[in-house]
Amino acid sequence: MPTSFIPTAADLLRLSPDIVLTAGGALMMVIEPLTGAARKARMAAIAVLLIAAAMALSVMAYSDPGTSFSGMLVVDGFSTFFRILVYGCGLLTVLMSVDYFKRERGSESGEYYALIVFSLVGQSLMASANELVLLFIGLEISSIAGYIMAGYLRDDKRNNESALKYFLLGSFATAFMLYGVAWIYGLTGSTNLDTVRRAILGGAMEQSGQMLMIATALMFVGFAFKISAAPFHVWAPDVYQGAPAPVAAFLSAGAKAAAFAMLVRVAASAFFPLSAKWEMLLWATALATMIVGNFAALRQSNIKRMLAYSSVAHAGYILVAVTAHSEVGIAAVMFYLASYVLMTIGVFAVVTLVASKGERFVEIDDFSGLVQRQPMLAIALTIFLFSLIGIPLTGGFFAKFYVFKAALDSNLTWLTILGLLNSAAAAFYYLRVLVVMYMKPAAEGAGPVDPAGIGIKAAIVASAVGTLYLGVYPSAVLDFAGKAAQLVK
Amino acid sequence: MHQLWLIPAFPLIGFLINGIAGRRMSKTAVNVAAIGSVLLSFLWVLKVLAGLGSLEDAYIERYFTWIQSGIVDVSFDFAVDRLSAVMLLVVTGIGLLIHIYATGYMSHEGGYYRFFAYMNLFMFFMLTLVLAANFLVLFVGWEGVGLCSYLLIGFYFHKKSAGDAGKKAFVVNRIGDFGFSLAMFLILVTFGSLDFARVFEKVGPMAVEHQAGVITLICLLLLVGATGKSAQLPLYVWLPDAMEGPTPVSALIHAATMVTAGVYMVARSAPLFNHAPIALEVVAIVGLLTAVMAATIGLTQYDIKKVFAYSTVSQLGYMFLGLGVGAYDAGIFHVMTHAFFKALLFLGAGSVIHALAGEQDLRMMGGLRKKIPVTFLTLFCAAIAIAGVPPFSGFMSKDAILLAAHHHHPWMYWVGVVTAGMTAFYVFRAIFMCFFGTYRGTAHPHESPLSMTGPLAVLALLSLGGGYLDVPHYLAPMFGGEHAPHETSLVVISVLAGAAGILLALLFYVIKPGLADALSRLAGKLYTLIYNKYFVDELYDAVIVHPTRDGSRALLWKGFDLGIIDGVVNGAGSLARTIGGGLRHMQSGYIRRYAAWVVVGAIVLLAAAAGMGGAR
Repeated sequence: MPTSFIPTAADLLRLSPDIVLTAGGALMMVIEPLTGAARKARMAAIAVLLIAAAMALSVMAYSDPGTSFSGMLVVDGFSTFFRILVYGCGLLTVLMSVDYFKRERGSESGEYYALIVFSLVGQSLMASANELVLLFIGLEISSIAGYIMAGYLRDDKRNNESALKYFLLGSFATAFMLYGVAWIYGLTGSTNLDTVRRAILGGAMEQSGQMLMIATALMFVGFAFKISAAPFHVWAPDVYQGAPAPVAAFLSAGAKAAAFAMLVRVAASAFFPLSAKWEMLLWATALATMIVGNFAALRQSNIKRMLAYSSVAHAGYILVAVTAHSEVGIAAVMFYLASYVLMTIGVFAVVTLVASKGERFVEIDDFSGLVQRQPMLAIALTIFLFSLIGIPLTGGFFAKFYVFKAALDSNLTWLTILGLLNSAAAAFYYLRVLVVMYMKPAAEGAGPVDPAGIGIKAAIVASAVGTLYLGVYPSAVLDFAGKAAQLVK
Repeated sequence: MHQLWLIPAFPLIGFLINGIAGRRMSKTAVNVAAIGSVLLSFLWVLKVLAGLGSLEDAYIERYFTWIQSGIVDVSFDFAVDRLSAVMLLVVTGIGLLIHIYATGYMSHEGGYYRFFAYMNLFMFFMLTLVLAANFLVLFVGWEGVGLCSYLLIGFYFHKKSAGDAGKKAFVVNRIGDFGFSLAMFLILVTFGSLDFARVFEKVGPMAVEHQAGVITLICLLLLVGATGKSAQLPLYVWLPDAMEGPTPVSALIHAATMVTAGVYMVARSAPLFNHAPIALEVVAIVGLLTAVMAATIGLTQYDIKKVFAYSTVSQLGYMFLGLGVGAYDAGIFHVMTHAFFKALLFLGAGSVIHALAGEQDLRMMGGLRKKIPVTFLTLFCAAIAIAGVPPFSGFMSKDAILLAAHHHHPWMYWVGVVTAGMTAFYVFRAIFMCFFGTYRGTAHPHESPLSMTGPLAVLALLSLGGGYLDVPHYLAPMFGGEHAPHETSLVVISVLAGAAGILLALLFYVIKPGLADALSRLAGKLYTLIYNKYFVDELYDAVIVHPTRDGSRALLWKGFDLGIIDGVVNGAGSLARTIGGGLRHMQSGYIRRYAAWVVVGAIVLLAAAAGMGGAR
């Protein structure tokens, strides 16, 4: 038992990003009704400042890594990497949302930014929790904010459908996970990841191997739902298509990154002794996810839906690296998510702009002639699509390269081959957008794209620069990921 | 830190400005961005070199690890030593002059901003090439200049011949680049690094390969790369066609800088070549053959730019001869002086063409001496420089090479001397046909603006006096080796050969104008052979291009592509669509159906997990 319940300074510093975001988000909720309609734009600025502060604090906290609150929370390279990643994702989402709500509803709305901030608290906890219950709480905080965001334009039928589906199915799947956590507690007497690992090594495996596998499988259902692995991905296309475009970006980038952080940490710490037994299951899930994502994407005509399937497929690639269950594999997961977040946010930002008021133009054919209508936007979209395909000089290339390299290092030859074939097939549906954009004349009805606001411009430029940076000079991020991967155990 | 990276960064910024916003900018603004960036780069070179002093050892700046994977560990590094210092000055200095000239020359052309954007991009890549501290960074620049060359040759892309010439240059260079890539792989495997300093350190203690071995192979593959870029036998065929590009491009890329990249690369790899005397011998012979062959073709051409293009090929051959006989310093010296007088010849030719509103045929010129006097005077300076008239720059560098060649093998000297005579002849033939006699054309010649004549004048001074920049002594410590003794008799012979060439040209084209035609009729078939450039293009067409194309069409396109690839692709496509169509049934839109999928998935997973857990 801990000797004192009074948190130390180090405890607080390690939790400080979450404290700041929680307090700040609550404050935003309080002052939102008191802010005049004309001043609501300030809420976005406050959110940006809060997120920036959280980033700075998580960097500071990393100067003194370790656990806090009796081992509930851990600050190490891995958690810091994902904290920064989800904060960055939140920041870009805030930037791209600024004009969106003005366009859609004629007014800014403060709660939206508070919800992003809350969701980031949850994601940050998912990345740094060292304990299954805290992990679950983080997941719920993140998800509940996400459910509301998905239905934020409550007058819009599509939003409502999206939110309801996301909520019902999400709750259903997390129930599995919670049940799994309960099993683990029953089998090992703890929910702390380190203790669970010791218990498994110390004999729980021999006594109740089958029960352990079932418990982890129950938890995996919850994880698989959040990362949209097949066949638990069924919600993703409907939810992404219906949700406001910036929210779809946030859910498919940040929420997925945090869910992967959670999956990798659990798999690499508490349940690492079970890796060999899990390899076949992960192998099959990864393959199924890649195939379902890519082949379903081939048939889509709505770009948001296509991107939803594409995000399923990318989850499959990342699962390939998870299957490798090695340090190289973890580093590959981290690098992949970094580049994935950038290109996903970027591509959704472009979609947000092209879609115009009421998201009218979200068919792939609506992108025809974009290069004449908005050359800079077309170039940015080209960069993101190249990265999604995995063409060199973009982050997506090295991301795939390291994932498949990790798989080969772990002797997953067949999975690598099948994965490469998949990524070749994937090129088709991304290229289709490029073809439409460059080769087809603009449709008669397609009006000029609305002029972009400064926020969304900044988000697009930042994502494009980041994507190219990772593609030209991957070493810095990869070195950090490689070092952080060693700390997971 | 001397911030070497700024040297290429300036032209890159110029490229970005003109490339992105040039369309909407005024010509003046385009000029400022284009010339300003090269000027800043030139000034920065001067500042860096002044700061580095005598440069006894290479000065290296390491920026970051670029690629790291297995044994491949390449950093992005720049370095300056005496060799690259000379090249930097030539590239930025001549580049600056040509950029200024181009503002006048291109003033009436469409795509003005595009032209300067490409030119700046070329400067960026060329400077990257020169500053590179390892083979891969050099290769980046190498490929980049090739790309810019392609873009600029085809600048008048609406002209089919220009587009074809661009493609030809690109394809031929690809062959060379393939050799270069293989050389790099072999270097990486043999030495475990691509870094110049590390490779040369490791090759140092290795034995000199008197019989062909791995180093010889590396050097020969490097030479293949160099023959492509520097237009040597057998890959020279693209350069004469490259004259389809605007004349400033011919001057900058296809005379003064890019084509000397191969010479630079071989000189850079001198420690490797010194361990492979066989390869070095091949370099010398390739150079010599190219020099002779191109000079003979130059004797017969009527397009003023073609004459100078073959002259460039021939002079590049001299440089390779210099390298091959171990006189790397003389070779680089000739790179520099050649940059002066050949840039001047091209710019002067451009000025003539500009004055005659696009006429390039020597037979339609004549008597222009009085009409465009500045162009005439400056071109004349270039001509006496290239003809080897002492004490001007061409004499200095060519004699250094010829003396070294004599020291190596006397017969090489004699062939070189004969070539020198031909060089003097064809250059003065062009000068006399253009400026003497009576005007045979119909246009109204006018002198070019100051922005064009100014650079001509500067280059004229450099062509005359540039030989006194004692590059060989500056470079000698880098390459070591013995130096050929100075033999006055040999010098006199080569000067006499040059003088003979000039006098013959005077006789044929000024004193007795009918004589040349009579002689060419007398030579009959030989003349036809040479006039048609030995039918090399036709030979390549018949032996390589047509079989490749026809074979590709029959076998690869109709057989493999249409039959197998398309079959597989279409099959895979319809299969993929079928799978995708099937997957759509998963997506009914009903929440209860989705929940059912979750349950099914969970059951399968749990069953499998339980099975796994049971298996010990």
